[in-house]
Amino acid sequence: MSLNTLTFSVKGDAGAALKAPVHHGVVGSGDMEVLMEPKAQDGAVSVSIVTPVAGFDDLWKRVLQTFVSQSGLSDAHLDINDNNATPAVVLLRLRQAMTEAQAN
Amino acid sequence: MSDRTSEKAWNHRSADTAERMASAARFIGPGKVVKADDTVALLEAVIRAGDRVNIEGNNQKQADFLAESLNKVDKSKIHDLHMVQSAVPLPVHLDLFENGIAKKLDFAFGGPQAGRVAQFIREGKLQLGAIHTYLELFGRYFLDLTPKVSLICAYKADRQGNLYTGFNTEDTPTIVEATKFRQGIVIAQVNEIVDTLPRVDIPADWIDAVIESPKPFFLEPLFTRDPALVTDSQILLGMLCLKGIYGEYGVQRINHGIGFLTSAIELLLPTYGEELGLKGKTCSHMILNPHPTMIPAIESGWVDTIHCFGGELGMEEYVRARPDVFFTGPDGSLRSNRAFAQTAGHYALDMFIGGTLQIDKFGNSSTATASRVAGFGGAPNMGCDAKGRRHSTDSWLKCGQEQPTLNRVLGDMPRGKRLVVQGVETFGEGRAPVFVDKLDAWELAENAGLDLPPVMIYGDDLTHVVTEEGIAYLNRCADIEARMAAIRAVAGYTEIGLAAKPEETRALRDAGIVKTPEDLGVDRDRARRDLLAAKSVRDLVTWSGGLYNPPARFRNW
Repeated sequence: MSLNTLTFSVKGDAGAALKAPVHHGVVGSGDMEVLMEPKAQDGAVSVSIVTPVAGFDDLWKRVLQTFVSQSGLSDAHLDINDNNATPAVVLLRLRQAMTEAQAN
Repeated sequence: MSDRTSEKAWNHRSADTAERMASAARFIGPGKVVKADDTVALLEAVIRAGDRVNIEGNNQKQADFLAESLNKVDKSKIHDLHMVQSAVPLPVHLDLFENGIAKKLDFAFGGPQAGRVAQFIREGKLQLGAIHTYLELFGRYFLDLTPKVSLICAYKADRQGNLYTGFNTEDTPTIVEATKFRQGIVIAQVNEIVDTLPRVDIPADWIDAVIESPKPFFLEPLFTRDPALVTDSQILLGMLCLKGIYGEYGVQRINHGIGFLTSAIELLLPTYGEELGLKGKTCSHMILNPHPTMIPAIESGWVDTIHCFGGELGMEEYVRARPDVFFTGPDGSLRSNRAFAQTAGHYALDMFIGGTLQIDKFGNSSTATASRVAGFGGAPNMGCDAKGRRHSTDSWLKCGQEQPTLNRVLGDMPRGKRLVVQGVETFGEGRAPVFVDKLDAWELAENAGLDLPPVMIYGDDLTHVVTEEGIAYLNRCADIEARMAAIRAVAGYTEIGLAAKPEETRALRDAGIVKTPEDLGVDRDRARRDLLAAKSVRDLVTWSGGLYNPPARFRNW
């Protein structure tokens, strides 16, 4: 299985910055894991995705853009290891990770 | 007067049958028993070229030995058969067409052979009559598609030729009644011949020959869903359904499709459903195969009645121990019956809920792909509004009365509507979008020369769409424009969903036509597997008190 790496950055809202790193999810079939870490970069949220599927770059960007604007996350870096998660699963995992981060 | 009536014979059918049976007499022993080795010769004696023939091909049990034997007949004598049967899931069902024994097919479900059906139509090896729903096909058995010869399947026969079909009765009574009472010929394969049957499901005088099959008939556990494979996003969809539809309408009489979403819902009933206070208010009466994932809800006292289309491997003893819930015979075992379950499914249900592969921008949905003629079995009987329904229930009436345009067609006359729900993630396997501009069914219709694109559920029957984005209450839409906007609003990041306009979606949410998880008060963070009443097949066995005996492939402990 050859893996593709996709990196991009989303403009954050300077809202909710992370206090500590949080890890959520497992790389099971149709699922993904995410490591969210605080990273001061003028509000931006940088994203690095390792995925076996190519050709969905725009979809990833749209989903991450939605997550960042809905959650208000800023100044963070996200490492995602994906194994064919659908957008529904991606958003679910990111939201769950955010909830865990806020509970910490 | 008497002279005139005697001029014309009115018994061509029975005379023809008598002649065929006379030529088969040398193979038929006491108790109508035919030796397995004589099966091909028997079929050559009773079947003629061009006959309409049924091989019992149910959703589950298969008259596989008789099908294989029919494939061995002398095709210079027996050819151009017109096969009329529910399903063609076995390779041998299609081999008959490859080998020139059969020519025409009227059926309901192709299953694993769907690709070959499409290919054979293209190559001219198979002439397709029509793709039916089960009830349509059963109806035609009694009108213009009555079989001359039916090759059926039972667990046991006794020494007189009575049959026990038991747990997997399925289509047998329907096929036998249509064939035998139109002076046709019925041949049964059985797993064993015994002195005394547990009960008689088919009387001996409706049967012409009985063959003890060299091996037990094939049976597929189609309806077992391993709780370990239920995902968090299916759980989220299940929570939305329970709160926004089951609870909102108080739906009591339901059919669940066979996908993982409805398994998730079944496993959420004793947990999330109980928390919402829905016990006793929903899911009391079900038309359903004996799904193992229903065990926790049954054990928790949710369910009053379940009637089954067929059986499910491993559920025999559990069902036997719960006769208050299931339909069982004097011997204690389940009596399934596809025709009656489909009839109840068409007329007596308040809701059908299931999944699909594609939904178009108008709300039409299909599981058809461009190169497979699969058919939909029974889903369309339940996934539609039964226009002949005349009795009322609260949920049916509420769903109908919410339609803003009912008065444009009916004036001031009240009428209800079946809830027809499709629950899907916006993207399916391999990130294929579920919401599409045009269904693949159109391409299939072209490829296979069909009159119509095969549609499982038509948009005007669809009342609710549930996705991770929320619920679209299509029955509350005034026109096709509003329906399309509501579909776009829950279509997520698909091309259809990206066309949604934020202000339009806002207006639909204000009007209660679209509800997001937040609008419904469903907490996405709780959509986790610990909310399931059973998390593994082993948990189901525990819930059943050891009565559920899962097939080997589902035992991983």
